[in-house]
Amino acid sequence: MGKNSLHVLKGINFSVSEGEMVSIMGSSGSGKSTLLNILGILDEADEGTYTLDGTMIKNLNEKVAARYRNKFLGFIFQSFNLINYKSALDNVAMPLYYQGVKRNVRTDKAMHYLEKVGLADWASHLPNELSGGQKQRVAIARALASDPKVLLADEPTGALDTKTSYEVMELIQGINDEGKTILIVTHEDDIAHMTKRIVNLKDGLIIDDSVVSQVRAKTESYV
Amino acid sequence: MFNIERWQEIFEAIRKNKLRTFLTGLSVASGIFILVILLAIGEGMANGVEKEFERDATNRISVWTNVTSVEHKGMNPGRIIEMDNRDYDMAVNKNSDRIELKSGVFSRWGQLTTYKRENGSYRVEGVFPDYQFLENETLVAGRYINQSDINTNEKVAIIGNQVYLDLFKEQNALGEYIDITGIKFKVVGIYSDPGGEREETRIFIPLTTAQRIYNAGNKLRSMAFTLEKQDNFEDALAASEAFSAQIESDIKTKHSIAPNDERAVNVNNTLENTKKFYDLNNMIRWFFWGVGICTIIAGVVGVSNIMLIIVKERTKEIGIRKAIGAQPWSIIGMILHESIFVTAIAGFVGLILSLFLLQLVGPLIETDYIRNPSVDFSVAITTVVILVVAGAGAGFFPAYRAANIKPIEALRDE
Repeated sequence: MGKNSLHVLKGINFSVSEGEMVSIMGSSGSGKSTLLNILGILDEADEGTYTLDGTMIKNLNEKVAARYRNKFLGFIFQSFNLINYKSALDNVAMPLYYQGVKRNVRTDKAMHYLEKVGLADWASHLPNELSGGQKQRVAIARALASDPKVLLADEPTGALDTKTSYEVMELIQGINDEGKTILIVTHEDDIAHMTKRIVNLKDGLIIDDSVVSQVRAKTESYV
Repeated sequence: MFNIERWQEIFEAIRKNKLRTFLTGLSVASGIFILVILLAIGEGMANGVEKEFERDATNRISVWTNVTSVEHKGMNPGRIIEMDNRDYDMAVNKNSDRIELKSGVFSRWGQLTTYKRENGSYRVEGVFPDYQFLENETLVAGRYINQSDINTNEKVAIIGNQVYLDLFKEQNALGEYIDITGIKFKVVGIYSDPGGEREETRIFIPLTTAQRIYNAGNKLRSMAFTLEKQDNFEDALAASEAFSAQIESDIKTKHSIAPNDERAVNVNNTLENTKKFYDLNNMIRWFFWGVGICTIIAGVVGVSNIMLIIVKERTKEIGIRKAIGAQPWSIIGMILHESIFVTAIAGFVGLILSLFLLQLVGPLIETDYIRNPSVDFSVAITTVVILVVAGAGAGFFPAYRAANIKPIEALRDE
C-alpha cells in the first residue's frame, strides 16, 4: 500500500464465456496477475466494470465478496496456499465448511475430489508430506470442492518441473472438458498452448487475443 | 458459541499448534498463579497482624505501676509504687459517666495448681466480672465471676481452656475442686481466648478472694478500663487519650510521683495501637494490591503480545480462508473463540494450581505473622476474566484488520 499509486492495468476489455479455457500471458509486470486477482475478487479495480455470471462486481463489502468467491470461484495458486496444519482431506473440505455443509457430507465430497485428482491414498497427509505436484493437485481438488463456475489459476505450474507441470495441466484440461470455465495466468508458452485461447498482455494492455488449437498434455506423449 | 463445527475447527487448530497454545496458556496461567499467591500471602500477613491485636478488647486501657525513676519532693528514685482499691475507686468515681467496663487486677505468676494427680503452674488473676470482656474471652462452659462472688469472697475459679486440657484431660471440670497453692477452689467456668494458648493458661478468681488469700490487703497490680463507644474512630481515640492522660496524672498526684517520671505509671492505650495496626494493615494490603495490579498488567501485556503474534502468523492463513470464501466475521470469531477458550482454560488451571498450592503449603508457612493465607475467590475469578477479556481485546483488533483487508494483501504476507 505505497503512497505512490502505480497504474498496472490501463484498459482491458475482454469477456470469457462459459466453458472456455483461457490463458493470460505476458512478461513480469505486464499486469496478468493483477487482472486475475480482480477477476477473482481478491483485489478491486479502481475504474471500470466487471460482470460475473450477470452480477456486477463493484464496491462489494468483504462479506458479499466472500460469498461470491465461495459460490462462483475456485483458486489455484503458484505457491499452492494450502493450510499447513490441516490434512489434505481437511484442506479440500474447507470451502464446504464455509458453505455450511455438514461434516460427514463434507468429508465424503472432499474424498470424492481427492479421488478425482488421484490422491485418495494421501487424504490424511499434511501438505509438507506431499510433493509439489501432489500439493497442487490437492489445491485443484480444493478449488473444485465448492463446485465453482470459474477456476482461476495463477501460475499453477510455476513451482513444478516439466513432467509434473504436464500432469497438472492434464488434470486441468480434464476439468475443462467437464464444462468448467478456466483462466490460467502463465508465462510459459507450452502451458499457454494447452489452453484454447491466449490473451497476451503488455504493460497493462491487451496486445493479442487469439483462439489457438489446444495441445493435449498427454504425459505419455512427452515421455 | 455452541456451533459444533466451530468447536471442531478450534480443537483442530489447538491440537496442531501446541507451542502457540502452550505459550498463551503459560502466560495466563502464570499470571493468575503469581497473583493469587501474592494476594494470599498479603492476606495472610494482614490476618497475622490482626490476630496479634485481637487478644484483648480493642479499646482497652491498662494501668500498672512500677518503681519511680525521678526524684520528687525529697524522695529518692527507686521507690516502689503500689496501687490499691482507693486508686481504682477514684478512677471509677471521677469517670463514671464515660467508663464502660472496669476491673482491678491482683495477679500472681506461677501458682502450682493440682487436680487429682495432674498439676501445672499457672498465672492466677483476681478480677472483677467485667474482666471477661476486657480480655475478650468466651465461655466454653459454666459461668464467669459475678458480683456475689466478689461480695462474699467465694473460692471459685474460671480456668483457661489449656488449663482444662492439662488438668482434666477433657473430663468434666465444672463443680470439681482444684488446689491452688494449697487452697481448694471450685471450678465454675472454662473460657477460651483469641490470644491462644498463652492467654488460656490462666486462672481467674474473684479479686477480693485473691487479695485475701495472698495477704495483699487492698493492693492492686493493675487496672483495666474501656470507655463508652463513640460514633467514630477519631472521637474514640481522642476520648481514650484524654482519659489515659487524666488517670496518669491523678495517680502521680496521689502517690507523689514527679509529673515527668516516665517509668512509675504506665498507661497502655490499646486504641492507639489499634490505629497503628489499622494503618500497618492497610499499608500491607495496598502494597500487595499494587504489586498484584502490576502483575495483572504484565499478564495483559504478555497475552496481548502473544495474540498479536498469533494473528500476524496467521495472516496468510486468513488470506487463504478468505480466498475460498470465509466471511470476515467467521475469521474474527474463529481467532477470538480460540483465544478466549485457551486463556480461560489456562486461567482456571493457574487458579486451581495456586489454590491447591495454598492448601498444601499454607499450613506449613503459618507463623505469628502469616496466618491463614487465603484469597478472596471472587477477586481471583475477576482476575481470570480480566485476562481473558484483555486477550480477546488484544486479539480482536489485529484479527479485525486482517479479516477486512483485501485477501490479496493477506496472501502476500509471508
